[in-house]
Amino acid sequence: MMKDFFYMGGYGFYVWGSYAIAAIVLIGNIVLPKFQHKAMLKKLTKKLYRAEQLK
Amino acid sequence: MMKFIHKTASPPYFYKLAGLWQPWLAGITILLLIAGLYGGLIYAPTDYQQGESYRIIYIHVPAAWMSLFIYVVMAVTAAIGLIWRIKLAESVTVCSAPIGAGFTLLALVTGSLWGKPMWGAWWVWDARLTAELILLFLYFGIMSLYAAISDKRVASRAVAILALVGVVNIPIIHYSVEWWNTLHQGPTVTKFDKPSIDFRMLIPLLIMAVAFKIYYVWSLFMRLRVELLDRERNTQWVKSLLMDNKD
Repeated sequence: MMKDFFYMGGYGFYVWGSYAIAAIVLIGNIVLPKFQHKAMLKKLTKKLYRAEQLK
Repeated sequence: MMKFIHKTASPPYFYKLAGLWQPWLAGITILLLIAGLYGGLIYAPTDYQQGESYRIIYIHVPAAWMSLFIYVVMAVTAAIGLIWRIKLAESVTVCSAPIGAGFTLLALVTGSLWGKPMWGAWWVWDARLTAELILLFLYFGIMSLYAAISDKRVASRAVAILALVGVVNIPIIHYSVEWWNTLHQGPTVTKFDKPSIDFRMLIPLLIMAVAFKIYYVWSLFMRLRVELLDRERNTQWVKSLLMDNKD
């Protein structure tokens, strides 16, 4: 039963390959902006503090 | 109405709003994906011609629809940005590009993985495939053009013009399977007749399509928040936001 599911009538490689690539693309487009958001906040905060110190 | 639009589209307001919406969008996307995957991989019956390989449809078709849909959103927001100079509209155009490129790439790769067992070739220079490949290059072109110009307002205008010119490709992709009789199969869902697909196969497909749409909004909102911070770095609202964050 479980084996049949992964075998996909002989098309396992093509079907699961498609779903795997979909997972990579979908997760990537969430994780990447999350990471960029954190980096942006950090960068701008640093800049702001430097500007404050110069005053 | 105009007042509502101006308020919602103002960067500080939208930044906050997008942040509040994020967990809801994430939750809805995940629930729909679970339902769609269950429906597509377990509930839907085997195709009488293509066997189990047709299950690629649940990724391939929604991804291809999104590749067109996102481009249309970009063209519309590009026009709004050019005419009314609304910063949020400009940002939507720019932030949609990588997501659209992702879906286009996904449509092409899954198509290739489907084409190999069904057609016997990873790639053919079929009208639909070629037009979709051009779409991918359009997305890449928009991303690199935006990255190449340091003044964001100028870059936005250049990108908007490119996005509007590229929109001619959209009807070409959509009708390519009808205009040119090549290898890619004709539409089974988006036509005026009744869809020629079993109901039990269609429902999961539509769920996946909605899931991808909500996912797009989710991902777009995340990108927009980064873009707005970057563009508005010298404004008071960003500064007070940073101050609050640090404490």
